[in-house]
Formats: sequence, C-alpha cells, structure tokens
Amino acid sequence: MPSLNAAVQWNNVTFSVKGKTIIHNLTGTFYEGKITTLVGPSGAGKSTLFKLCNGLHTADTGDILIAGKEIASYPPVELRRMVGFALQDATMIDGTVYENLAMPLTLQGKDLSEEKAQELLQLVGLPITISTQSTNDLSGGQRQKLSIARTLVNRPSILLLDEITSSLDRVSQQDIEALIVRINKHYGTTIVWITHNLQQARTIGDYTWVLIDGQLIESGESSLLDEPENNEVRLFVKGDNS
Amino acid sequence: MSYLSLAITLIFVIIPLVLSKTLNLGLEKDTLIATVRSIIQLLAVGYVLQIVFESEHLIYILLMIILMIAAATQNARKKGVQIKGITRKLVLTFITVEILTQGILLGLGITPATAQYIIPISGMVIGNSMVLSILFLNRFISEVESKSKETELILSLGGTPKQAVHKQLITSIQASTIPTIESQKTIGLVQLPGMMSGQIIAGADPVQAVLFQLLILFLLLTTAVVTSIMLGYLSYPTLFNERMQFLKLEAKK
Repeated sequence: MPSLNAAVQWNNVTFSVKGKTIIHNLTGTFYEGKITTLVGPSGAGKSTLFKLCNGLHTADTGDILIAGKEIASYPPVELRRMVGFALQDATMIDGTVYENLAMPLTLQGKDLSEEKAQELLQLVGLPITISTQSTNDLSGGQRQKLSIARTLVNRPSILLLDEITSSLDRVSQQDIEALIVRINKHYGTTIVWITHNLQQARTIGDYTWVLIDGQLIESGESSLLDEPENNEVRLFVKGDNS
Repeated sequence: MSYLSLAITLIFVIIPLVLSKTLNLGLEKDTLIATVRSIIQLLAVGYVLQIVFESEHLIYILLMIILMIAAATQNARKKGVQIKGITRKLVLTFITVEILTQGILLGLGITPATAQYIIPISGMVIGNSMVLSILFLNRFISEVESKSKETELILSLGGTPKQAVHKQLITSIQASTIPTIESQKTIGLVQLPGMMSGQIIAGADPVQAVLFQLLILFLLLTTAVVTSIMLGYLSYPTLFNERMQFLKLEAKK
C-alpha cells in the first residue's frame, strides 16, 4: 500500500451546515488508479464528501489535497473538470442525448465531434442511434450511462459516482459495474463509488471506506467488509440485506 | 369634475360591496380599505403636484422622483428578500431606468423639461419598472429553487455561475417582459390605454393623445426590458460565492 500514490488525501477534514457537523475530523486517502467504494447508512455524509472533493462545498477545517496540491489552489472550473462527478439521479438538461453529452465542451465554447460522441456512447454501451433522441425518452439505466459518458468528456482523472445503480434492475446494474471497471482499466481513472449494495462494494472496490455519522469508522481493502474489526461496522454489515 | 360627481361615483364601489356581501365573497374589508386609500393617496398626490407644478423648483421634482423610487423599492423588495442586497439592486435599477428614459426624452428634446411632463412620465416609468421587478423576482426565485439540481450539475461539470443559471435567467427575463410586449400588440383594439383615454376625456386632440400614448408605450418597452435584464444580472452573482459554489437562497423574513 505505501507505494500507491494518493489521488485525494483528506487530513482532519470537518464540514458543517448551519451548526450541524456533517463530516467529523476525517482523515484518509483515495488511491490513484484504484476503485474505492464508500458505504454507510443514509445521512452518513457520503455525498457531502463528494461535493467537498469536487469543490461544490468548502471544508471548515482540515486539508484536502488533490494530486498532492491543496484543493483551494485549483481554480474551481479546473478542479471540477479534473474531478468528475456523476450525480445520483443522473440529472439531465432538457434536450437531446447529444446536447447532454456535449455539455462539458459546450460550457467551454467548444464542439464535441460526432466521432468522439460515438466513441463515448459505444464505451458506455449506448447505441449511437440514440444521439438525437430526447433524454426524456431514456430508461433509468440509459440515463445513468449517459451521465457517466458526459462526465468522461472532461477526461477527469478522478471520477466520483454517487449511488448510480441504486434505482436500476440487476441487469443494468451489472452493465454499469462492468462499464466502471472498463473505464478504470482503460483510462486509469481513480474511481470513488458510493453504494448501498455491500456486495457491489466488495466485488468492484479495491478499497472500501465505511462512513457512519460523518466519521470514517473503518477503511482498507474491500475484503474488510467480510470481517470488520469495528463493532459499529460489523452491525452495519450485518444489517445489510443486499 | 366636482366633488359631488366624485361622491356619486362611489356607486361603483357600492356595487361590488353589495355583491360581495350577498355572495359571501369576503371582499368587503379589502374593497373598503382600497377605496379609502386610493381617495386619500390620489388627493394628496394631486395637491402635492399642484404645489410642485406651480413652483417649478428642481428640488421638488427630485424629491417627487425619490419618493416614487422609495415607494417602488419598498413594494418590490418584499418579493425578493431571499436575494442578498435586493434593496440596493432595486434602487440602482429604478435610478438607471429613470436616468435612461428621462435622459433620452429631455436630451433629445422630445418632451419639455417641466415638472408637468417629468413627474407623470417618471411615475409611469418607475411604476412599470416596479411591476416588472416583482414579476421578474417572483419567476427568478421559483426558477432557481426548482432547477437547483441543473445548476449544481453545470457547476460540477466545470461551468461558471453565469452558465449555471443562464437558462433560469433568460426564462425569467422573457416571462416578465412578455406581458408588456403582448399587451402592446392588442392596444387600441381591445382597450384604450388609460392615459390616452384621460387626455381625450379632458378634451385633448385624439391624434395628439395617441402620439403621446405611443411615446409612453415605447418608453415602457425599454423600461420593461432594461429592468428585467439589469435586475437579473445584478441578482444572479449573489447566488454564488467566490469559489463558484451555489448558495442556498436566504430564508424569507
């Protein structure tokens, strides 16, 4: 483990909203080129952690280092292009699949070539004929795949996935899992994946973090979920039926 | 018109009062308050205007305009309390619109620089600007609240705050200015504008009355568009901080 580089290093990070502490003095590492799965009960602060990482929130105290540099030293736009974030409900803007896919480049005043669009759609397993379709006509799985493809347009070195398979059927879930592993291998992208599915966390993750009440209770190789050391984590894992 | 004639016109207040009472509409109290307020306010303004017109002092004209802007701000700010510094933004918008319109009218010699012209036209411009501000703020706040996920999505993909609320801004500007533009399309066909009707009733040449009404209509078009755009571009930056993070709207007071 010591030979691994830190993609994101958290040092004593605390974050609160209106006096309520959401993240408590968190210290830990997301390793470069690896898949880290984040598990924990609802309200544990997992999504907040992503927003801190993507620069949508700022920590009250502590340091977050991205590729060894303090997060505040990155201009916000540059940081968000580097740390891609696929939202839980695969939010889309009104328009076609192509318009949504091209959005990260449109925001920079550039165009997404048809070739590149096709390549991305193929990578995430969407038919290229879907390009002119309205996003309103897509299924949940298709929306999630498009959301991932859209995040990839910025070629992020870190990809944050917030419960992207929670509302999908088993087949779509497996599709997305295979896709994420493919992206990790293909681009060497660091992946951090919030999931409620402990089985998924074990099989997909190289490493796993267990967050409870805004605290990192246990972290390490994903096999930790088989035999957790911490009692709270043991209870959490036992209570999971997925 | 004599005070006796005015007293007789109260029959038009009695009709809705009787109807409201009969049908249990519960509008009696508000109708009475509105009637009393309108009589007191308009008579007071009438007497004040008489003094201002007679004196022709620039300071009186300025005071009247300041009073109008203060009243318009007080009224419109209630709709935008969730936006930080809304009072300042409204005052700045009303002053800009007033300077722009009066600057063109007086600068190009379209209207004479007398209280008789400046005050009523300012009243129409600031009043219209106030209504537009209310329409804009209502729509903008609801757009920002309902589309917060889209805003966060665009920011998360590396968009700027302006890009993140661009659609909400444009929708709100369009929605608030469309009524002004639409009403101009049917003007004269469906209704005769109040000012023109007033002039005709007072014995003015109808063509002259129409020319003046057209001037006001064009003026209000500028007022509408400038108000919405200016208020929009002054308001949206307060939704974000210097790290381009989307801030929650302030709670209603």
